Amino acid sequence: MTTDYKALKDGGFMRQIQKDRFSLRLKVVGGHLSSGQLRAVSDAADRFGSGHVHLTSRQGLEIPFIALADIEAVKEYLAQHGVEAGVCGPRVRTVTACQGAGVCPSGCIDTMALARRISERYFGRVLPHKFKFGVTGCRNNCLKAEENDLGVKGGYAVRWLSGPCSLCGVCAKACREGAISVGEREVSLDARKCNHCGRCVKACPTEAWEGQSGFLVSFGGLFGNRIAQGRGLLGLLTDAEDVLRISDAALDFFDRHGRPGERFRTVVERVGWEGLAEAVGGRP
Amino acid sequence: MSAKAPLPRPGATLDITDAVCPLTFVKAKVALEDLEAGQVISIRLNDGEPAQNLPRSLKDEGHAVLGLTDNGDGTFALLVRKGPA
Ligand code: SF4
Ligand code: SF4
Ligand code: SF4
Repeated sequence: MTTDYKALKDGGFMRQIQKDRFSLRLKVVGGHLSSGQLRAVSDAADRFGSGHVHLTSRQGLEIPFIALADIEAVKEYLAQHGVEAGVCGPRVRTVTACQGAGVCPSGCIDTMALARRISERYFGRVLPHKFKFGVTGCRNNCLKAEENDLGVKGGYAVRWLSGPCSLCGVCAKACREGAISVGEREVSLDARKCNHCGRCVKACPTEAWEGQSGFLVSFGGLFGNRIAQGRGLLGLLTDAEDVLRISDAALDFFDRHGRPGERFRTVVERVGWEGLAEAVGGRP
Repeated sequence: MSAKAPLPRPGATLDITDAVCPLTFVKAKVALEDLEAGQVISIRLNDGEPAQNLPRSLKDEGHAVLGLTDNGDGTFALLVRKGPA
């Protein structure tokens, strides 16, 4: 029987330089694994691999040195412990995320919840080429949103409330964009300068800045053979449903216009940013 | 709030313009630990990272930040009331 390398690759098994040895890529969402899953991965690496695990650059896990003969057995073993195989090839890859507002004091959005929804909706979907989603909780951008085909970054739509404000002056300094000035009687915001970082909300000692969570989406990031920063075409979206609707539109655009083996960015540049902007309801 | 209320007079002072992050925070935290709840301290700190971030760090520690004023010489005065223990 000849080995169907493509089927193996589709199922997360990466061929190694060593004959008949494969590195099994696992499914991880937002870099989050339970301790029980990790124990199962650890045991699988001992039983079927060479006793080590590789951490990938995108929060993935791989178990290298799995023999061709063990491929079904390792998958079954892992599945019993709630660990699934990942994917390779031309499809939606691991959805990455920082810990976000659930853990990090700077977080503006629940990154894990969004990453899970994105993964449930798209993980493994076949497209003209690979497609990466990444979700970062705030402007600090620990997860590097703009290097993904579709990146999401948390932010706040901010509003000053005169009632609780003590005119202490802290927010004007905390804002790195120079968008806030504190006068003798009131605080003013230059909305054109505001980048939704949320620092005023987090710093204000009297909760006089109200922040509504929102999402900044970027399109067409690449960080491989070619390096290109994802571009924002929309303002701050305050509804997670809009992020999914826009992701649907972006993937459909890729499916419709992409040639096999062409990355999303290349397609957008060939068809035109206006085309994508129109598809997602934004401005180029 | 209709106009700026007068700020209380500090009962203690601290100068952290010679410290760099994370020592700015550590020095302020230690100085606040020596105070009684409700006491007010004026902290002199540098413009830049300390002025941008220390107020928030002390807020997160449970203290009341009362004011941040520009001294006009590249330093700021941060007025803080120690929070309940
Ligand atoms: S991007 Fe923001 S929310 Fe996410 S880990 Fe970094 S600081 Fe925290
Ligand atoms: S930090 Fe808060 S209380 Fe202080 S001036 Fe700004 S809005 Fe007012
Ligand atoms: S959200 Fe950020 S940029 Fe906007 S006003 Fe507040 S601190 Fe400044």
